[in-house]
Amino acid sequence: MATFNLKINGETKKVDVDGSTPMLWVLRDHLQMVGTKYGCGIAQCGACTVHLNDNAVRSCQLPVSAVGEQEITTIEGLSENGDHPVQQAWLEVDVPQCGYCQAGQIMTASALLKKNPTPTDDEIATAMNGNICRCGTYTRIRKAVKMAADNS
Amino acid sequence: MTLVKTQLGRRAFIKNTGLAGGGLVLGFSFFNSCKPKVAEAVAMELEMPKEWYEINGYLKIGDNGVVTIMSPNPEIGQNVRTSMPMIVADELEIDWNNVVVEQAPLNTNLYSWQVAGGSRSISSSWQNLRMAGATARQMLKQAAANTWQVPVNEITAVAGFLKHEASGKSAGYGEMASVAAELEVPEEIELKEHSQFSIIGTTKKNVDGKKIVTGEPLFGIDVQREGMLIAGLVHPPAFGKKLKSFDAETAKSMPGIKDVFSLKLYDEDFDKMAFHFTAFNEVIVVVGDSTWQVMQAKKAIKAEWENAPDISDTMTLFGNTMKVNFPSGMEDSEKHTSKLKDLINRNAKVARKDGNPEAAFKNAAKIIESEYSCPFLAHNTMEPMNFFANVTENHAELLGPTQTPEWMEPAVAERLGLPLDNVDIQMTRQGGGFGRRLYGHFMVEVAAISQRMKAPVKLVYSREDDMTQGIYRPAYYAKYRAALDENNNLIGFHVRAGGIPESPLFANRFPAGAIDNYLAEDFTLDSNITTGAFRAPRSNFIAGAEQSFLDEIAEAMGKDPIAFRIELLKKAETNPVGEPESNDYDAARYAGVLELVKEKANWGQQEAGVHRGVSAYFCHQSYVAQVLDVVMENNKPVVQKVTAAIDCGIVVNPGSAANLSEGGAVDGIGHAMYSGLTFKDGAPEQSNFDRYRLIRHTEAPKEIETHFVQNNIDPTGMGEPPFPPIMGALANALYKATGRRHYHQPFITDRPPLVG
Repeated sequence: MATFNLKINGETKKVDVDGSTPMLWVLRDHLQMVGTKYGCGIAQCGACTVHLNDNAVRSCQLPVSAVGEQEITTIEGLSENGDHPVQQAWLEVDVPQCGYCQAGQIMTASALLKKNPTPTDDEIATAMNGNICRCGTYTRIRKAVKMAADNS
Repeated sequence: MTLVKTQLGRRAFIKNTGLAGGGLVLGFSFFNSCKPKVAEAVAMELEMPKEWYEINGYLKIGDNGVVTIMSPNPEIGQNVRTSMPMIVADELEIDWNNVVVEQAPLNTNLYSWQVAGGSRSISSSWQNLRMAGATARQMLKQAAANTWQVPVNEITAVAGFLKHEASGKSAGYGEMASVAAELEVPEEIELKEHSQFSIIGTTKKNVDGKKIVTGEPLFGIDVQREGMLIAGLVHPPAFGKKLKSFDAETAKSMPGIKDVFSLKLYDEDFDKMAFHFTAFNEVIVVVGDSTWQVMQAKKAIKAEWENAPDISDTMTLFGNTMKVNFPSGMEDSEKHTSKLKDLINRNAKVARKDGNPEAAFKNAAKIIESEYSCPFLAHNTMEPMNFFANVTENHAELLGPTQTPEWMEPAVAERLGLPLDNVDIQMTRQGGGFGRRLYGHFMVEVAAISQRMKAPVKLVYSREDDMTQGIYRPAYYAKYRAALDENNNLIGFHVRAGGIPESPLFANRFPAGAIDNYLAEDFTLDSNITTGAFRAPRSNFIAGAEQSFLDEIAEAMGKDPIAFRIELLKKAETNPVGEPESNDYDAARYAGVLELVKEKANWGQQEAGVHRGVSAYFCHQSYVAQVLDVVMENNKPVVQKVTAAIDCGIVVNPGSAANLSEGGAVDGIGHAMYSGLTFKDGAPEQSNFDRYRLIRHTEAPKEIETHFVQNNIDPTGMGEPPFPPIMGALANALYKATGRRHYHQPFITDRPPLVG
């Protein structure tokens, strides 16, 4: 066990865990921030996507000991009032079916738009390819990402 | 208005003071313990009343006119949490913006069919939901009439307001709620005419949308409780194996681990329903403080497994008792295929025979013959199986994702040795179902673990546990034959279909009834690999096979595939073969979706380079036709667009129904093209998404368009019907694009590969 002071969503959070614990479980089990989802545990589905600095990363493969001073943003901290352009577009297009993967989809999409504010359809699909939606909302996701790009 | 007696589901309309606490109900949330900032902001959007008045089991009205509507059924992504309350709200005659939706707990006294299965949520509750709203509307009118001393038939109720025109009196629902809650439930109520619907038939967005996009706790796996422990399971690595012994010394000494023990779920004489089954009745349980610690400790367990014997068991399904066999041995996919290929060429059980198919084939000028197959599939809900339980000496509280709370409750009670009344089950939002959560052994497991640990416990399956634990979509195999005469007329049709462990055959579905000489046979092969319902069971294979074969017949006859199907349906409608009631479809509605898709897709007028396939199927009382467009890019077929036409009766929420149509298309394309679960020495060869391939963004259609048939038929299924036919449309489009027919799913295993 070791103590880590983590910068999450603009706040410093202190946790006492084994250094090998993935950020996914630190968030979910130790900080009760359950918006970041467990899907596969091997970085194949994208449900656990968070931002590390400005990059979309799979928190299931990010040991807490590797975070250091880097800023983590989770779905809970993407915007103050749930009104990030990507979140708004998701609501406007009414994307979710079961909704389980959508936090991860939104975190990947928002990281994409930060780097590439006007992505093409192919760039969207490629950037989102690591995020599985078992309900098959892919066409709505693409539409929402484009809408968010237009509204940003 | 239609006058109906409030007889059906009447218990829900008799005021339940036990639940209501004398009329006043306080809102609660089982996620109170972890509430991020955003949750408060969301809750602020609608001002909550000071007091709630329960009118019936489906709704309560606040003193400020806000209405809480209970959504009785499990929400697995089919959006019933929005569309079921919409039906109540429409009959209640309330502004949708003043509605708060709450998930109802399992309550067999108040609700019926609290199940997410068979695409029946809306259809089975349609009348009850309407009556719930209409009863409350009537009681509010009566309350106003009593208060104002005017005849009730002079009161109007519009958008949450009661008016008496002659006296000029008016009041909001909130003002009359306390009086209404004290009234007797009326014996008869008036339901709206369909033309009077103001909410049903309009698109309402997902009521949980904001919570989903802000990451609020919603799902079973998100449940947190004071003192809650986490449990994980270790099950045998292969079907046909069982636990022999285990050494948990190291695991027990690992940080955060509370206990490691073996758990036998059911005794031999346990009264099992089909939905109670588990592949592995004895598992090793690891209990600890956190999920990661439990996952690590599981790896440190040294277990020995031994071969399981032949097992014969009985199970009940809707009152019928059935014998099930799980033969011993380690199975593998290659052997499965060779056995199925052998059985497909042997005579099988005749399920339906019309005319003289033997003579038709004997006299045929030409016979077309094709074989089709599909592998086992894992459901792979994005949220792995999990459940929470807090079992004390006299009571069990369960909370989590299940499609069948009502059917699981007796198993939980029996396993715990508690009376049924002492078991309370609540449902969270669910990260997908697809049939997997119909089988709730995980509820019995977590309840038994909590009872033993004397603590609240959340059981969480890892992805690997989830994918290798069984209850798969069965593997199926079918052979179709068609007999044509010298003028290319279709004179005979023969289907033989089987599977492990069930046959996918629907002998009385189309084209039965449309062909004079028809033979349908089925066969099964026992297995110790457990299977269960998977979105549109059996249809999810046979639709694609049949619709691919019809395409082959149309081509051989030189006919347009849509015209050919419509011609057959015309015959089934006007001059059906066999007893008309034996044909399990409405030929006119079937042809209707084909006509609609033909028009909307501009069939026959596609752009150069676009290759099209069509398919149409009937299941869950609904009709779906789909046209799928493929283009070749870099010598690879790419799905461009899907156009769907659907007849599911009245469409309650067109926006979310369209979402299901889109999801069904993507799901079907994905599974037909990419997915499969194979076995070697009894063990699944895929255990996570690195080897089990699911469709991804780049592989999804660029565009999906859905058109609904407009009619006034009571709603029928919507969750499952768009899934099965798309596999036929895909195969038929791939044939046009590549010149090769695709018979064996997943199509990427086709050699040489067409798609990567």
